[in-house]
Parts: sequence; C-alpha cells; structure tokens
Amino acid sequence: MELSPFYITLKTAAVSTFLTFFIGIGLAFLVLRMKRGKGLADAIITLPMVLPPTVVGFFLLLVFGKRSTLGSFLLEQGIPIVFTWKAAVMAAVIVSLPLMYRTARGAFEQMDENILSAARTLGVSEWRIFWHILLPNSRHGILAGLVLAFTRALGEFGATIMFAGNIPGTTQTMSTAVYAAVQANDYDLAFLWAGALVVFSLFFVVLMSVWVARLSHGKTS
Amino acid sequence: MRLEVSLQKRLRDFTLSVDFVAEDEVFALLGASGCGKSMTLRCIAGLEQPDAGRIVLDGRVLFDSKAGINLSPQERRIGYLFQNYALFPNMTVAENIVFALEGTKEEKKRILAENIARFHLEGLEKAYPAALSGGQQQRVAFARILATGAKLLLLDEPFSALDSHLKWQLELMVMDVLSSLGGAAILVSHARSEAYRMAERIAVMERGTLLTVAGKKEVFRHPATLSGALLTGCKNVSAVTREGEALTAADWGLTLELEGTAVPEDLRYVGIRAHDLSLVEGPGRNTFEMEVVRAIEDVFSYRILLRPIGSGAKPLLWEAAKDVWREASARPRLFIHVPLDRLLWLGR
Repeated sequence: MELSPFYITLKTAAVSTFLTFFIGIGLAFLVLRMKRGKGLADAIITLPMVLPPTVVGFFLLLVFGKRSTLGSFLLEQGIPIVFTWKAAVMAAVIVSLPLMYRTARGAFEQMDENILSAARTLGVSEWRIFWHILLPNSRHGILAGLVLAFTRALGEFGATIMFAGNIPGTTQTMSTAVYAAVQANDYDLAFLWAGALVVFSLFFVVLMSVWVARLSHGKTS
Repeated sequence: MRLEVSLQKRLRDFTLSVDFVAEDEVFALLGASGCGKSMTLRCIAGLEQPDAGRIVLDGRVLFDSKAGINLSPQERRIGYLFQNYALFPNMTVAENIVFALEGTKEEKKRILAENIARFHLEGLEKAYPAALSGGQQQRVAFARILATGAKLLLLDEPFSALDSHLKWQLELMVMDVLSSLGGAAILVSHARSEAYRMAERIAVMERGTLLTVAGKKEVFRHPATLSGALLTGCKNVSAVTREGEALTAADWGLTLELEGTAVPEDLRYVGIRAHDLSLVEGPGRNTFEMEVVRAIEDVFSYRILLRPIGSGAKPLLWEAAKDVWREASARPRLFIHVPLDRLLWLGR
C-alpha cells in the first residue's frame, strides 16, 4: 500500500504550521498596533476562513500561475510553484492563517495594557516586551491557535487540490487521497484515509485541551 | 530635580490644558475621576502624546511639539506606579524587580537584595504576583521602579485598590520612600485627605484645567473656586448676593453682616466647612436660631443637618463632637454662629 499521502500530509501540516505560527503572530501584533485601516486589514486576513477553499486555491492559481507576471518570473528562475509540494504548503498556510491570527490577536487583546506600559516606563525595549511579556502571557491563546492551525492544515482539501493538484507521491495528501479513492470507487482505501484523518485530528484536539487545562492549572502555583 | 509641564490635549469631552512646575517635592493633582489627572501623568511618562506643549525634566526636553521632540517612555526614565501595580504575571517577585535592569549579574544581585530588604519582601522572592496580597504587590511595584534608579515618581491613585487599614500602613511606607528618594513625586488622587497628608503643594483639577496651584494649607483654606471648595471637602456652599454690608446666602436662607470684612469683587459663592460652624449660648451677630432636620451619629462625631427656624432652605451640615451635640440637643433653643473669618470666598 502506498503510504506517501500520510507522510506528505504530516510534512505539509508541520511546515505550514511553523510558517503560520510566525506569520499569524506577527500579523496579529502589527494589526493591533495599526492606527488606521485596522478593520480592513483584519477582514483581508480573515477572508480565507470564510471563503470556499476552492476560491482561495483559484486566486493562488491566478497569482502564481504561468500566465501571471509573478508565476512566469518564478518559472524563469527555475522555481515552479503550481502543482508542487510548495504549493500544498502555501495553500495550507493561507487557509490556516486566519485561525492562528485571530486566536493570537484575541490573546494579545486580553493582555492588561498597563503591564506593557509599566515595562515601557521601566525602560524595557519593545522587542523584549514582545518576547518576554506579551508572548508568555498569551501562551494559552497562542497554543490553541497553533493546534487549530495544525489540524486545519491536516485536513486541507479545496485550496490544495486547486493549487497543488493531486499528484500521488508529490502533492497527494490524505484528504485528496480520500477524494481520489472515491472517484476510483475504492471505498476501502477511502475508509482508511478518512479514518486516519479522524484519529489524527481528534488526537491533536484532545492534546490541546489537556495541555491548556494543565497550563491554566499550573499558573496559580 | 525640576519638572516643567505645559501641555494641551484634546480629549473626548474636554481639552486637557495644564501648566505647572514641580521641584524636589511631592506635588498632588487633586480632582474627581475623569478630570484628566491620570492622562496628565501618562503624557509626562510618554505613554500618551499631547497635541501641543513642552515637558522638560532637569533641563532635558522630553517633549516639545514645536521642536518635534517626543522621547519614548523607555528614554524618559520616569517611574510610574500604576493603580493596579501592573506586575509581570509570568515572572516571580525577584524576576519582576531585575527584569529591566542592565549590568552584570553581581550588580543585579546587589540591587535586588537592596530592594528586597528595603521593601520587606524577604521570603517572597520566588512567589508569583497572583499569590501576593494587594499591599505586597504594591511593595514589589515600588521595588521594581526604584531598582531602575528613577528620580521622578508618578503615582496614579496608589491606594485606591487597598483596604483602609492597609492604606494607612502603605501611606507611611510611601512617605518614607518619597523622603528618601531625593527626587520628586507627582501624586494623582481624588481623596483630599490623602493629598493633604502626602503632598506639599496641591493642584486642584477640573475638566482638564488646573483651578488652583498652591501650598496645601492655602488650597484648603482659600479654595477660591466652587469646585475647589467641594473637592477639598467643603460640604456647605451657597450662592450669594451682596447689598452693601449685607450678604445674602440664598441657599441657606441666611443674611450675613459683613462688618467691614473685605470680600473679593467677583464673589459668587460662599462656603463653610461643617466643623467651622459653632454652637453659642444666645443671639448675636451672624448668629441664627436653627432647627434640626436630622442628626446622624458618626464614629467619633455627630453630623447634624440644620436650617433657620421656619425656613424651607437647603440644610447646612454641622459636624460636632459627641459631647457638644449631647449638650446642644438638651437645649430648648439652638443658636449657631457662622464665623466670617472661616467663610470660604468663592469666585466661580
């Protein structure tokens, strides 16, 4: 049996979550500090969450496809994007980003502004405030965002199949493998990948709730 | 230490516009909540930017709208004590104190030990803020500020979050800290007695402007304005009209004889503090027969609401020692003297 969808799914989800983590937190921090255009920036970053993933994939295809300036430029440089593993990662990042961004932003907003102000008047640099005060005190929300983003990336289908395709051994993930198996009338295989996805997603969500419960318990001690 | 503040900032309901100079002293901004006193502190610390003005600390320009200077809070190095103390929840007491310090490990250790001892925090070094009482949190917040060597302290309602018995102990501690600091402190408060005990000079603030800036005795003796009188705790005020030597306080239903006493030209109100009314034996100048509307027992005194017999006037509040009231309430007729030299002459 071909196990590559399993490895490709894990690899794609891991790499995309790593990227989403930094991009999501960075965007949350930047948007919160924006004086104007906050609502618009917020809406744009959140859009992939509410749009059908196929539409997200379609736009990615437009931006990076052969016919676009960027796509043809990258192709000339010898960096094809569409229907490669990179495209699968990009699709997963875009789709899971709103989850990371929104939970991180919510966590940052919960922070008592006076604590950050106190650090400023004590002479602590903005960089240190971010890493040593804002981030550690927002860890619950950020952790939750991380797990949500990862599980979203695990199950990503629509944008992936539009933008990265369903090439066995390269871009075929567990979720696209389910689709391919059903198309080929192989219900046993479809069952197998579907079951694997359910087990995985459940495992990470349970892990998150246990983790968060333990962290919030340990906070007072 | 010399702090010159001159700033204007448009707020939602009014424009904040304050000018004052504080030197090596405790300077209090006294005002009702929402009058702009905390915003003034935030502007001095660099947490908010005024629309216009200039802030200079010991010759160093912190903010100057004309010259385009606006130092960050980090560069200003002004100690700010927040109302809720704002300790870092993810750090222990010791970590809170050393977090902002620069220098070698040994130096940090020495400064930490000094401040732990100074604020009696021995044994709490490894505790997290959530496990501390309000008073302990405040001591940590002080230790954290003084460890950085700040010479100007801004205290934003420092005692409002504490129980009254703790308040008193901490007030003593803060007074010790301030006198040993060798710098200046600006105290923001809505509690007149707290401001009086701790500060040398008081600025009374209302809707973004300073009404009076003076020594505390002066501010309490001659508040000059109606809101100044109310903020300094004067319970009895009345609008007045003057006709020659007769001064009619309409709200109280009384007409006072001025007996040649000089009063300000722009006089519009008079005030008298509740303990300045006095009980006398019988009729006389500026003495009125009163009836008791209500008498309320307080812890150490009585609060009696009085008005001239037969009038429907707004009652005057008289605060009398318990034995004085016991004696007065036994009398068939009650004569109260309004001493002219204790009246507060109020302009607006």
